[in-house]
Amino acid sequence: MNAGAWGLLLSSFLASAVETVEAFTIVLAVGITRGWKSTMLGVGAALGMLAVLVALLGPGLAVIPIDVLRLVVGALLLIFGLQWLRKAILRASGYKAMHDEVAIFAREAAEARERPPTDPSAFDQYAFSLSFKGVFLEGLEVVFIVLTFGAIHGNIPLAAAGAAIAVALVVIVGVAVRAPLSKVPENTLKFTVGVMLTSFGIFWGAEGAGIVWPGNDVALVGIVVATAAASIAAASTMRRERERGLAAAA
Amino acid sequence: MTAFKNFMAFLYDFVVGDDWRMSVAVILGLVATGFAVRSGLNPWWLLPLFVAAGLGISLRRVVRKNGES
Repeated sequence: MNAGAWGLLLSSFLASAVETVEAFTIVLAVGITRGWKSTMLGVGAALGMLAVLVALLGPGLAVIPIDVLRLVVGALLLIFGLQWLRKAILRASGYKAMHDEVAIFAREAAEARERPPTDPSAFDQYAFSLSFKGVFLEGLEVVFIVLTFGAIHGNIPLAAAGAAIAVALVVIVGVAVRAPLSKVPENTLKFTVGVMLTSFGIFWGAEGAGIVWPGNDVALVGIVVATAAASIAAASTMRRERERGLAAAA
Repeated sequence: MTAFKNFMAFLYDFVVGDDWRMSVAVILGLVATGFAVRSGLNPWWLLPLFVAAGLGISLRRVVRKNGES
């Protein structure tokens, strides 16, 4: 397997791991407080809908000319990656609260408890909708990454494999500990994925616009390094600035 | 109508996210790069420059807002 294939596998694995941890927290909170039957029906319905989306969009992407695909996918990945990177930098520098799975679990569970209880054997609309929404929305980001990365590399199955490994791993660990996976370093993962999405987006977007990169594919390594270095520098500068501001206000 | 509105809101959040300025920077960067390539240039540095500017402006706004509050 070459470096591009490893990059593809790693990107889809990391992105999927982060999204699965978030979806797992919602499903766990709803399942524990409202019962598992309707919650799991919601999970199943969401996974089914995501599978339909992959089946519909996957083959369609394969017939788009590669330059158009690079331009459109590059632009979308760039926009999407910048959102992840921005959030990760704001969290790393203290301007945004860290993603706290324990707090999210407590909030979701409290909201679910406030709803009127239903007969355990009956269909629970609330549990179904909440778990469906949680899994579908988080899963949609994974589908987007898997399809776009996979289509550009001409290897959607490899990208899907990376996502499947991540989902399986998170679910196995989550079921074993039966608690929100608060020890997963979500911000570090989001930072890494943000850097990778942004770098791939710059590389493919510019290629799609007609650019020939110096050193061809090797340029991607330089873009990843430069994006990571600039992001780390931005986060540490902002953190220092924030600490100075807090010290001055005290 | 509510479902349509919800879908559009979701789509906006999914594609544009927290700050539309970054999306605008990406689109402007790609358009500028495309025009430069058509003029016979190969400005590989142009898109990274727009991206860095878009992200930088967006982060700067958060820092400023935080300083004001």
